[in-house]
Amino acid sequence: MSILLDRTTPVLVQGITGKIGSFHAKEMREYGTNIIGGVTPGKGGTMQDGLPVFDTMKEAVEKTGATASIVFVPPPFAADSIMESADANIRLCVAITDGIPSQDMIRVKRYMRRYRAESRMRLIGPNCAGVISPGKAMMGIMPGNIYLPGNVGIVGRSGTLGYEAAAQMMDLGIGVSTSVGIGGDPINGSSFKDILELFEADPETHAVVMIGEIGGPQEAEAAEYIRDHMTKPVIAYVAGLSAPKGRKMGHAGAIIQAFGEGASEKVELLRDVGVAIAPTPAEIGSTAQKVLKAA
Amino acid sequence: MDIHEYQAKEILARFGVATPKGALAYSPEQAAYRAREIGGKLWVVKAQVHTGGRGKAGGVKLCRSEDEVADAADELLGKKLVTHQSGPAGKIVGRLYVEGGVAIAKELYLGFVLDRKSERVMVVASSQGGMEIEEIAAEKPESIVKVSVEPAVGMQAFQAREIAFALGLKPSQVQSAVNALMGCYRAFEELDATMLEINPLIVTEDDHVMALDAKMTFDDNALFRHPAVAELRDKSQEDPRETHANDRGLAYVGLAGKIGCIVNGAGLAMATMDMIKLAGGEPANFLDIGGGATPERVAKAFKLVTMDKNVEAILVNIFAGINRCDWVAEGVVQALEKSPVGVPVIVRLAGTHVEEGRRILARSGLPIIRANTLAEAAERAVAAWKNNANTVGLKVVNA
Repeated sequence: MSILLDRTTPVLVQGITGKIGSFHAKEMREYGTNIIGGVTPGKGGTMQDGLPVFDTMKEAVEKTGATASIVFVPPPFAADSIMESADANIRLCVAITDGIPSQDMIRVKRYMRRYRAESRMRLIGPNCAGVISPGKAMMGIMPGNIYLPGNVGIVGRSGTLGYEAAAQMMDLGIGVSTSVGIGGDPINGSSFKDILELFEADPETHAVVMIGEIGGPQEAEAAEYIRDHMTKPVIAYVAGLSAPKGRKMGHAGAIIQAFGEGASEKVELLRDVGVAIAPTPAEIGSTAQKVLKAA
Repeated sequence: MDIHEYQAKEILARFGVATPKGALAYSPEQAAYRAREIGGKLWVVKAQVHTGGRGKAGGVKLCRSEDEVADAADELLGKKLVTHQSGPAGKIVGRLYVEGGVAIAKELYLGFVLDRKSERVMVVASSQGGMEIEEIAAEKPESIVKVSVEPAVGMQAFQAREIAFALGLKPSQVQSAVNALMGCYRAFEELDATMLEINPLIVTEDDHVMALDAKMTFDDNALFRHPAVAELRDKSQEDPRETHANDRGLAYVGLAGKIGCIVNGAGLAMATMDMIKLAGGEPANFLDIGGGATPERVAKAFKLVTMDKNVEAILVNIFAGINRCDWVAEGVVQALEKSPVGVPVIVRLAGTHVEEGRRILARSGLPIIRANTLAEAAERAVAAWKNNANTVGLKVVNA
């Protein structure tokens, strides 16, 4: 098993006729993802690389039975597309788009609360690399070949640093159950804690690698969850040790604005609750290996 | 994006927030003329810089005559103001705001932020105006009032009243405070601000509530729908390297070290900086050229990093995903052949088609120092930087 998606999950692509959307739709299909169509308002009734295109999410879900969608819509319209997914009864929405205004995301999160917690769409991202269950399916923009199927979950904010971790693990023969990029924005769909909960409940995940960074309260929230609820070992690295205060480091959310948001403070919080800390970003794989051997 | 105090006050005034009478000046003569226009017997000349802590650093001058206004302006204009928030480089004063003095009865603190925990706009207020919010939180935490705004309906008048009463305002002052609070919220929400701070928000002796200072930061991702706000950008307040980078779509932050970094992805860029530090070096910059890392972006990045004359070695760390290593390697080779950089270049490639990428680097004949892992890359970059002076053979020469 894996979390969030597997080979059977029927996926729609929002923005499928765009350059980026069509390219990644092909990549995802080649990897084995069950892509069954897409949505671009105004292009309904046409075909894109053999897949049906619809005008609205509601129609697409009705005709295809899709339960998941991936968003490649440009930033000014992306929040609207996410809400359209939620309203069309999509269960899992992965938003790749980078550059969505924060207040749009506040509205998205508020809109999603119209639905009861148990029937609420799960949003991953935005500004993320997506989700991959190696050997099964991917909803994202990651290179599938750097992930070995296995039993370690990965959750992180950054795309390429997540690739780095997966590649280090592959070199050591450590496989991945599912890797989830929660994205680099200040307001995101799923937090570290949300994904840790899923890994904790997944029988095929035996340990979790968590890759945090400076800014925001989500690593601290994860530390509390790990202390109180997590039975599986967690390995962590927090990027941004050398980042100055008050400066935005690429990701809209990677900025130290308050005490506790720096990398060393977050590392301390995680270490205190028993998380194995990778001392450098080059040792994420080897730290995971040590933890797995000891377990 | 940050804006100046006078710009923030112009915006707030449009949303019904009272501010003292004031005007902008670019010269001492203009400053004195502004003082005469404003009238009264007391003026404040304020340096317009994108940093806090201005008052303590001598950037705000109280003046009692037009001559004093002109003298203050003369002293401040063109001056580099270094405050405890500006960093050692400081900010150049190019504009002044001349404001009429006001009789202050009470100084309050008012802030609006995007609270990441509640995922809402949070209003933070305190009766202890004039102090920085960090100081208030440490010394008078009981004075802080916080109100969270429900995004579906926005801030309500009762919330503003709650804050006003909690700050100890008299009934005769509350309506003016509610106007200020509601106006600030509307400006924040309508213009996609990420931070708005009024410190101090004052109560005058005749019971008016006014913004004596104003700081606003806007969401860069939302500027596309606020062209009038985007026009308020003052590039003279930015690090020129960062201006150059941002205008070309690269995320760059200038730092004080000697090892330049070119990386794809923000997380990997931060991790690369961390690695350099752990290996005994100091990064000269943060630079994320984007997940895609096209050859054009690599070329732009070399140009940008070498603009910093402190750079004595350059570490390129690319994890190629959808784009392939061979393609990135060709980009690196082309960039270096076209414009040699004169310092050691360390390249680490990983990901798709890595073997082919490494072969291209090796075959190029360029003195590129290659590394296979992140650790190797950082160690070699630090070693190359330390040996830079006596390793002539490593220097990239004109091909």
